Amino acid sequence: MIKIILDVVVAGLLMGGIYALIAVGFSLQYGVARVLNIAHGEFIMIGAFITWTMYTVFGINPLVSLAIVGPIIFIIGFLLHKVLFARLRISSPSPAAYEGKSLLAAFGLLYIIQNVAILIWGAEVKGYSYLTSSFSLWGAVFATNRLVATLLAIGIGLAFYLFLARARIGKAIRAAAQDPATASLMGVNINLVLALCFGLGALLAGFGGSLISMMYSIQPAMGFQYTIIAIIVVVLGGLGSILGSFIGGFILGLVGSIVAYWQPALSLVAYYVIFILLLLIRPAGIMGK
Amino acid sequence: MNSLRVTPKSFLSPGIFLLILVLLAASPLYVSPYTIVLLTTIFMFVILTVSWAIFSGPTGYISLAPAAFFGVGIYITAMLGKELPLLVVVGIGGLASFVLALIIGALTLRLRGIYFAILTFGLVELIRHFLLFWETNITGTRGRIVVLVENDVIFYIMLAILVLLMLTTYFLRRSKFGLALQSIGENEEAAAHRGINVTMVKVIVFAISAIFMGAAGAIMATKWTYIDPYIAFNPLFSFLPALMAIFGGMGQLYGPVIGAVIFTYLEEVLTTRFPYYYMLIFGVVLVVAILYLPNGLVGLLPRLWRRRWRKGGSAKQNAST
Repeated sequence: MIKIILDVVVAGLLMGGIYALIAVGFSLQYGVARVLNIAHGEFIMIGAFITWTMYTVFGINPLVSLAIVGPIIFIIGFLLHKVLFARLRISSPSPAAYEGKSLLAAFGLLYIIQNVAILIWGAEVKGYSYLTSSFSLWGAVFATNRLVATLLAIGIGLAFYLFLARARIGKAIRAAAQDPATASLMGVNINLVLALCFGLGALLAGFGGSLISMMYSIQPAMGFQYTIIAIIVVVLGGLGSILGSFIGGFILGLVGSIVAYWQPALSLVAYYVIFILLLLIRPAGIMGK
Repeated sequence: MNSLRVTPKSFLSPGIFLLILVLLAASPLYVSPYTIVLLTTIFMFVILTVSWAIFSGPTGYISLAPAAFFGVGIYITAMLGKELPLLVVVGIGGLASFVLALIIGALTLRLRGIYFAILTFGLVELIRHFLLFWETNITGTRGRIVVLVENDVIFYIMLAILVLLMLTTYFLRRSKFGLALQSIGENEEAAAHRGINVTMVKVIVFAISAIFMGAAGAIMATKWTYIDPYIAFNPLFSFLPALMAIFGGMGQLYGPVIGAVIFTYLEEVLTTRFPYYYMLIFGVVLVVAILYLPNGLVGLLPRLWRRRWRKGGSAKQNAST
């Protein structure tokens, strides 16, 4: 019995690390930049495919690829905000109108990115094997790549949290999240900060994609399922709360793992039930104000 | 935004509407079968878009639930299509969506802004995955075969739903409900203080808009012959109406209609001409439309109008627009 519980808990935590990383990126894009980025999963997909290409074509270690994936995706996200979302923000009459429009624009982006990826890489399922040797954790057996991916996800999450808490630009980001208008009066370059946040959110998604590609097979249509998970985690943690998203990721990982043990086909349904109950009962989430 | 008047009122007189209607109703006599199928698809999207705009246009709540109502209609036909007459099935489809919308609305319309959008989105996904689970694990079959109906019959029923919808929209906009909805969109607190039962108005209009989506789904299912949860509850059917309405412009009754007609036709042309690049081009069109047409195509007209008149130097026209 204890072994089963350990099995389920460890599997949940391993999955939760990735969820947390993805959700923190999503939360940053919504919480600060006010873009409910329905194309978030597409950045995950690009991260995964760049890592795959690096590994299979150039033989570069996936862990090293993180250093390549990060800057590429950050720049894509940063520029996207500059040419698309920043303009929408200026032309929208109210913040609510901007949120609606940016959601729909992100939906268009989803199609653009996904189809560009199909043109480049083709629509087939791809994968590579890396660190597939197994290890046992308190009697439960897992592939090493999952442990490495989870530890990295936690490490990246913590580093990012420190960046927000300590760095000067991190303070600017938090100020912009609280009140963009006042922050800009205090001398924060608001357009730069928002673009930075969108870029950083995309970067975290890209890292998530790199880590996912170590464990699972990948394909251009893979993004949407992760977007949905990110949305659920972010609502669970409280829209806009970075710490809440991080904790929420692990909670959802655990829930998924528990339900999957009992009835694998129901884990997605369980996610939605939690999601809807949460929105109805406590829309502010666990860490929301 | 809603006070924009693009064309003189006489242009949209009932006579013109009647003429268009007669031309459309007679079209099976003079156009090819292919055009009938295309027109049916266009009608379907016009119905989805206009129904979406009835509620989301004035209130500004972005509903991503159309796929749920549309899908319920589709499933009603799949389940009852063989047992009951077609018109009854379509009616039940509309009614089932109405009931679902009442429930969803009562539960969710307390939430504002983006919460409402993601909750409705989540509901569609929940229904889809639950049905998928049900079909694969409980009944053991995935998908259903739907009864076949002649294309002309589908065409006429779709047209009838569309006409009913346009009449409903027209009268709703002029009714007490329409005005109440408008004031909710402008300032919800103020509307509540004026004695409007805000939640009730929102829920009722939301449910009315769902009837037409459900009915359209019920009749469209017969054209597809095979359906499963992925087809019936495709999130595209939630996003497309929103995009078409914004593309057309929501300030006027005919904005969403124009948006839906142009968009559906564009989609048709793109799928046949550029099968490999179609989704890519589609995405680009979406983004460009949202970026450069803040008030939609209908909003573009007065801008062009003004520019033309300014060149002509007519101050009178300038002042009146």
